[in-house]
Amino acid sequence: MTYLADVAALARKDLLLELRARETLPAMALFVIAALVIFHFALPSGSSDLAAEGLLWVAIVFTALLGLARAFVAEREHAVMDGLVLAPCDRSAIWLGKGLAVLGFLATVELIGLPAFAIFFHGVGARTIAGVALADVGICAVGTFVAAMAAASRTRELVLPLLFLPLAIPVVIGGVGASVVTGGNRYLGFLALYDAVFAIICWASFEYVVTE
Amino acid sequence: MIRARGVGRSYGRKQVLRGVDLDLPAGGFLLVTGPNGSGKTTFLRLLAGLQVPTAGSLEVDIERGRIGFLSHAPLVYPQLTAVENLDLYGRLYRVSERRERIGMLLERFGLWDARNDRAAAYSRGMLQRLALCRALLHEPDLLVLDEPYSGLDEAGATLVDRELLERRATVVCATHDPGRVERLATARLAFA
Repeated sequence: MTYLADVAALARKDLLLELRARETLPAMALFVIAALVIFHFALPSGSSDLAAEGLLWVAIVFTALLGLARAFVAEREHAVMDGLVLAPCDRSAIWLGKGLAVLGFLATVELIGLPAFAIFFHGVGARTIAGVALADVGICAVGTFVAAMAAASRTRELVLPLLFLPLAIPVVIGGVGASVVTGGNRYLGFLALYDAVFAIICWASFEYVVTE
Repeated sequence: MIRARGVGRSYGRKQVLRGVDLDLPAGGFLLVTGPNGSGKTTFLRLLAGLQVPTAGSLEVDIERGRIGFLSHAPLVYPQLTAVENLDLYGRLYRVSERRERIGMLLERFGLWDARNDRAAAYSRGMLQRLALCRALLHEPDLLVLDEPYSGLDEAGATLVDRELLERRATVVCATHDPGRVERLATARLAFA
């Protein structure tokens, strides 16, 4: 219970910070809409629905990347991570709290992005929505872990995309597969497996990211 | 309580700390002095467990959550109020009777009237007072203070004096104003 209380306190703090600063969510929302508008005009008329489905995943991954780039800005700019790391709570609670906050931001932005995709391209099916939900968990689990690593680096702007994008390839494969392949349920299973494996790895090893 | 033998710390090829030996019993007061760049802050970070030595051995016989650390940065979120910042730390540090303790510290450090202001609106001195509240919130057994008088006016500095005088914790204090705490010191460490 104490662990969950720590996670809740940390996630609540991030939501409160975003509510006050309003820096990340508006930027992510604007980005996803802008990306979908660009894709709408970039895709030749008469292109297949399958191609549009792929572009949805490009928009989701890069929107998530934008949010992840800001995930640890408050901790980095004001050295607050030192205070959090010294606290007696399990350090994985920092990862989980931050990951839940990022997941909340991404899900909120998708509430705008998916209807926008339906307007510009075509309707979104139940399997695509399930795929997006599962992909969000994996993206936030891995992305928060990598964002913490990048925050400790001088070349954080380079490190985050260089580490995150290769790790997000399975998410794109699973997401696109779930969206377009007939009988794509096995891709949903693949995404769930990815989520479970990477969440466990990140949870178990986050301590080594924030300590020497 | 604290035992250091030949402690050193390097960043790549640059050695910022070398051959530090120290024995500080529980309840002691270590005064750390030295010019800028002599390794004081690095040594304090090693004591707090935020970094590890690259040479020698360092034993700090204190649990992680029982250390109060005051650094150059106040370690607070500017967009949160003083109460929200302290409440977050209070939860993470398992402070019992959190609200009462937060209220008492804010009163003592003269921040009660500004308790619901965001830390971003605080002056340098007020931030230092808030940082002191944060470091003392969980009544630590080891207090690691890096320039505790930095940014404080005389009234604020007197509050720190009083806090150190009434202390029960072991204290390690690095300062450029050693005269203020000289009489409290039971051990000294001068970096060159």
